[in-house]
Amino acid sequence: MKITGAEIFCESLRREGVKTIFGLPGGVVLKIFDVLCQRKDLQLILTRHEQGAAHMAEGYAKATGKAGVVLVTSGPGMTNIVTGLADAYMDSVPLVAFTVQVSTDLIGNDAFQEADNVGISRPCTKHNVLVKDVNDLAQAVKEAFYIASSGRPGPVLVDIPKDVSTAKTEFKYPDKVNLRGYSPLTGGDKSQIKQAAEAIMAAKRPILYVGGGAVFADAAVEVRELAEITQIPVTMTLMGLGTFPGTHELSLGMLGMHGGYWSNMAMHESDLLIAVGARFDDRVTGKLSEFCPRARVIHIDIDPTSIRKTFHAHIPIVGDVKSVLRQMNVMLHSLDGNPTAMKARRAPWLKQIDAWKSAHPLSYKQDDKIIKPQYVVEKLYELTKHEAIVATDVGQHQMFAAQYFKGKKPRTWLTSGGLGTMGFGFPAAIGAQVAYPNRQVVCITSEGSFQMNLQELVVAAEHKLPVKIVLLNNGVHGMVRQWQDLFYESRYSASILGKMPDFVKLADAYGIKGLRALKPGEVDGVLKEGLKHKGPVLMDIHTDPFENCYPMIPAGGAQHEMMLEDPPELKLTRKGGVHKRKVDEGEGVLPA
Amino acid sequence: MEHIISVLVENKFGVLARVAGLFSARGYNIESLSVAPTLDPTTSMITIVTIGDDRIIEQIMKQLNKVVEVLSVIDHTETDFLDRETVLIKVNTKPEHRDEAIRIAEIFRAKIVDSSPTTYTIEITGDVDKVEAMIGMLKPLGIKDLIRTGRIAIARETTRTASPRREPALLKS
Repeated sequence: MKITGAEIFCESLRREGVKTIFGLPGGVVLKIFDVLCQRKDLQLILTRHEQGAAHMAEGYAKATGKAGVVLVTSGPGMTNIVTGLADAYMDSVPLVAFTVQVSTDLIGNDAFQEADNVGISRPCTKHNVLVKDVNDLAQAVKEAFYIASSGRPGPVLVDIPKDVSTAKTEFKYPDKVNLRGYSPLTGGDKSQIKQAAEAIMAAKRPILYVGGGAVFADAAVEVRELAEITQIPVTMTLMGLGTFPGTHELSLGMLGMHGGYWSNMAMHESDLLIAVGARFDDRVTGKLSEFCPRARVIHIDIDPTSIRKTFHAHIPIVGDVKSVLRQMNVMLHSLDGNPTAMKARRAPWLKQIDAWKSAHPLSYKQDDKIIKPQYVVEKLYELTKHEAIVATDVGQHQMFAAQYFKGKKPRTWLTSGGLGTMGFGFPAAIGAQVAYPNRQVVCITSEGSFQMNLQELVVAAEHKLPVKIVLLNNGVHGMVRQWQDLFYESRYSASILGKMPDFVKLADAYGIKGLRALKPGEVDGVLKEGLKHKGPVLMDIHTDPFENCYPMIPAGGAQHEMMLEDPPELKLTRKGGVHKRKVDEGEGVLPA
Repeated sequence: MEHIISVLVENKFGVLARVAGLFSARGYNIESLSVAPTLDPTTSMITIVTIGDDRIIEQIMKQLNKVVEVLSVIDHTETDFLDRETVLIKVNTKPEHRDEAIRIAEIFRAKIVDSSPTTYTIEITGDVDKVEAMIGMLKPLGIKDLIRTGRIAIARETTRTASPRREPALLKS
């Protein structure tokens, strides 16, 4: 029996195990939405903006490991998801975006709502394809899911012209992909792995540098085993957080621009760097010529382009992180099975790191006047019993969350790392909550980021998704303001937000519970009440607009040359500074 | 250093854009580019001449390999290969220069494929040295226009029984 392209599309999604689609309709996608509404097995989350759909799908994918699915219309529908695609590309998120195109006979005619969907998305997708014939549709869908989810994951875009969605053909779902140019490597070279194992046994000051690749490879168990049998301390990138329990005695937390002093010093002094699914991003390395000057480098990554892209590797291993670490752990077991001896050998190195840690721990001073953002994150961390899925936006609050929220499990930390997309956090939290309705999902955000996608509040309300939004409202683009204070003589060009909406009233307008904390004494109560509430909550917590995030490696600075507190001259300009806040009158935060 | 890279790709639309886009997005240079279907109509060969240090070339090779529609990538530079380029040169021919133009064409085994009262159009095929040498010789006559196909390359058979004739080396300028 012949069925339409729209029916083939929906049936193909079902075969791929898709249950949820994030999207928004439009002219040319009508046929597909018409079929979709008649199917009980595919849930559509109707977003209020296509960008929201893309980030929700990302949140869904990051939390579950399965590809997130987006369905939008041509032209503006497609261009609105570009940020989501670019974000997913940078952070290796498996995402399959379906855009519908004007009919094949109109392509190239500048038709209504026409855009070059494959052309625009090409540089920010792992793969994309325009399906011109309904007979190719099922194969294209199957391959899209395979490419998005295998190897180094990433976004794939499938562009379906309107007439392909209405044309009819026989449906047979393909049982295999037909991609002769694509064979994601796995195993890893045995002799290289052996060399790495030997280097690990010989090292005196080794360190594990774990990135997002370990999360996608589901290699948390293997990373932990490796760390424990060799007693090697573990530091994680922003994307790698959660792979190794933040509370483990060998965990050094995050490294890089706002990483711990001790983790960056440990990297700098190490004699062996074991990079696992990490890509030596500039936010990690700082000044490359002074990065890890004494270390031999083992670099394990499934993507060969990540190896030697920015930094050299003495022992490169191209392969699936999980499989490589498994083999390596077996070799390490056979090389030395004595944990006590290993502990003794590692003691001086771990003691040195501890000394760095006690010399310069993370710190902030909470008084009784103005709420410190770190305090809120720490409180939240306690109250959620370290179990919540945390989504963040981008900026100071993100760094505070990364520093103080010590995640225990992978896939509980959803953040925009590579692209640094403000507006990512809240929709990502919704996506995760859709995937796991019964788990606690918290969105740590700020007034700047939140306002970039707040229209999705209605999605949380409509689907009763109990996302807890902790909005650290300091009335400024905090990270921009911090840089202006440090590098632009405190000229706050466009970083003070001025007029601010009343977020509690805003929540109310969307039918969502809104809470507010203005004084440190109110934080505990607001968080407790918010977390206990059954539905979605927006907690507007007014924090210190002049709190800076430290440690900090200034852009282009060397890894071991961190700023640890406000420089004296900055303290001077602030002396006697009073900050007033009149949110209720519609004013933002301004220095008096 | 200059590298000639052959990229075998699926003969589908959009593939060339992805390959070229990869170069522009990462700031790599394309010196020349040539594309045509192979014997197998489902595949095309893209020949790219690019310049970069070892690290950049390694990245280019890896990035090309990563593209889903790319089937194989060969950097000829380190191997024994043949490369050719065809150039059409429209040269000014004042009466006193005509003989000289013909002589140069003969020396380089080039052909005069078109003529007008004031110009000859010369077609030459050869490796980069030969082509550049001939252009150098024609320049004093006045080159009115010039078009090049971009270079293509093919690996020499390693197990060949007889050595094919090489390009005349004496013509290097």
